[in-house]
Amino acid sequence: MPDGTLPVLDVQDLKTVFKTRAGEVHAVNDVSFHLQKGELLGVVGESGSGKSVTMMSLLGLLPMPPAEIRGGRVMFEGQDLLTLDPKGLRSVRGARIGFIFQDPMTSLNPVFTVGHQIAEPLRKHMGMSKKRATERSKELLELVGIPDAGRRLHDYPHQFSGGMRQRVMIAIALACDPQVLIADEPTTALDVTIQAQILELMKELRDKLGMAVIWITHDLGVIAGIADRVMVMYGGQVVEHAPVHELFANPQHPYTSALLKTIPSISGKRAARLTVIEGQPPLVLGAPTSCPFRDRCAQAMPVCATKVPPRYDVGEGHDAACFLVDPLEVAHAG
Amino acid sequence: MLDNPAKPLVSVRDLKMHFPIYSGLLRRRVGEVKAVDGLTFDVMEGETLGLVGESGCGKSTAGRAVLRLYDITGGQIEIDGREIGNTPQSQLRDLRPTMQMVFQDPQASLNPRMTVEAIIREPLDEHTTLTPMEKREKVAELMDAVGLNRKFAARYPHAFSGGQRQRIGIARALALNPKFIVCDEPIAALDVSIQAQVVNLLEDLQEKFGLTYLFISHDLSMVRHIATRVAVMYLGKIVELADRETLFAAPLHPYTKALLSAVPEPDPALARNTNRIILQGDVPSPSNPPQGCNFCTRCPAVMDICKQVEPEYREVKPRQFAACHLYNET
Repeated sequence: MPDGTLPVLDVQDLKTVFKTRAGEVHAVNDVSFHLQKGELLGVVGESGSGKSVTMMSLLGLLPMPPAEIRGGRVMFEGQDLLTLDPKGLRSVRGARIGFIFQDPMTSLNPVFTVGHQIAEPLRKHMGMSKKRATERSKELLELVGIPDAGRRLHDYPHQFSGGMRQRVMIAIALACDPQVLIADEPTTALDVTIQAQILELMKELRDKLGMAVIWITHDLGVIAGIADRVMVMYGGQVVEHAPVHELFANPQHPYTSALLKTIPSISGKRAARLTVIEGQPPLVLGAPTSCPFRDRCAQAMPVCATKVPPRYDVGEGHDAACFLVDPLEVAHAG
Repeated sequence: MLDNPAKPLVSVRDLKMHFPIYSGLLRRRVGEVKAVDGLTFDVMEGETLGLVGESGCGKSTAGRAVLRLYDITGGQIEIDGREIGNTPQSQLRDLRPTMQMVFQDPQASLNPRMTVEAIIREPLDEHTTLTPMEKREKVAELMDAVGLNRKFAARYPHAFSGGQRQRIGIARALALNPKFIVCDEPIAALDVSIQAQVVNLLEDLQEKFGLTYLFISHDLSMVRHIATRVAVMYLGKIVELADRETLFAAPLHPYTKALLSAVPEPDPALARNTNRIILQGDVPSPSNPPQGCNFCTRCPAVMDICKQVEPEYREVKPRQFAACHLYNET
């Protein structure tokens, strides 16, 4: 799949800050990534790591002020999304880029029927007639595996269970055949057996429809099962990026390896004691001048306090933002 | 851990907690939600019993009912040799120091207008006759025990992070030297890297003070780490209870099997090779459970008998209890 062709989405040096009374919070710092057609990119990070803000910035979904996009480029279909006016953005959002939010409870409108909410993007973006939109809505509900779709169109969100509501959200996001689907923790609010259903459905749909997916989550287990490539975020920066097998087998950034060790496994050997990452995730006030993970890192060096580590290539399609893998430093040490 | 047959500290028999549903103009009682419907289990001294299940299965209600935070519908609860199932709330007060609770949401379970010191001291004020000096010393000791800096005693909860707030909640639960603590999803609201910190703390405290835990969680891999034995709940009933190793290696009940296979494994090689059992449909409403076995609507191994007769919860193999007709062919 991803080979030689131009990426569907190409994000360069995205920078987002929030102006607060305590000062400027640098939530996204020079984040760059790209997405190939048909590929599933996993984005992992803890709360406050900037993973959601990154995605919301590129779709212009952040309230400005307090948010402000300081720089970067987001190339999608030959245009820079950051330069589009609100009207132009609206024609992209929900049409060629679909979005699924975390909480299916609050992101559906309780006073409209599910059928109405699926038909809305169809009529707005695709200019379908009411009749045609209803037909298509029914197809979409069938596609995401909701039984008795024709009758369910007339139901309100509260009549659906959590898992079914998330399926409705997916149906809405898929309505206009998007090129890119951004899913922000779509299964976090769901139970594991329902999560397994949704993950299975997403894999199926991606194979069937061939769209590219960005999957944001804090659950490394979910990422391991679904992603092609993974991007690990910490303190508003991309700290490591690699193909999924490579990342789990050969993590290069101390944060990634620590994170992989903190989660107990459901099978395999049981550790007598969990490995912990001491301390708290940082709140980046002011422009970052050092490695965000420095205070919690067991291998921190003097250089980590003086500048932000750039992303060094450490393998094919694998990079890590850490001075430990700096080719010059490694040469010195060797 | 303990090889010699430990004696149960907590013993629960046929615990039922039904909540009435009122409806209509006259608010007549039209039915009931059988949140917990006949639980039987023991928690041995010094062990951690994990209670797992999906949302709405009644695991939190069970935890609260065991501590008599509700007036239960039926059943017996014995804690440390005293029957508390039918004791009126007024007489329970003297027993409260032995049994405590750590809540899920440290944001909601700490009073924002009380300082950390006041929060941890409150149980001491209520239940002990210590002098103010002694209380202050005890609070400082508790803060040390849970890894909070004593200097922060005068601060308010909002000044702390989620993990630290959970430590405050744990210190409060420890204040009266309890024997039994119900931990209701104590790590669910925390980040992955903080979860491990809190779990390690709970284990350290258990060792230090000889605590017994009922650890309620939906996170199966964390339960596998912390629990000695594990009980799996589905729709108000325990479907399986066994030693940790047995339950995770050789589960009997089809629901346990499905639940375990649904947990995403943080290893891409394993994750893509495991045969997932994908359950169809959703959990039925506890106000209108199906006839027969509660799991018969989603069970991949359903038989005719399951839709008519409720399976008996019994010891299928030594130390492994299950409620399923598949194991009743004698």
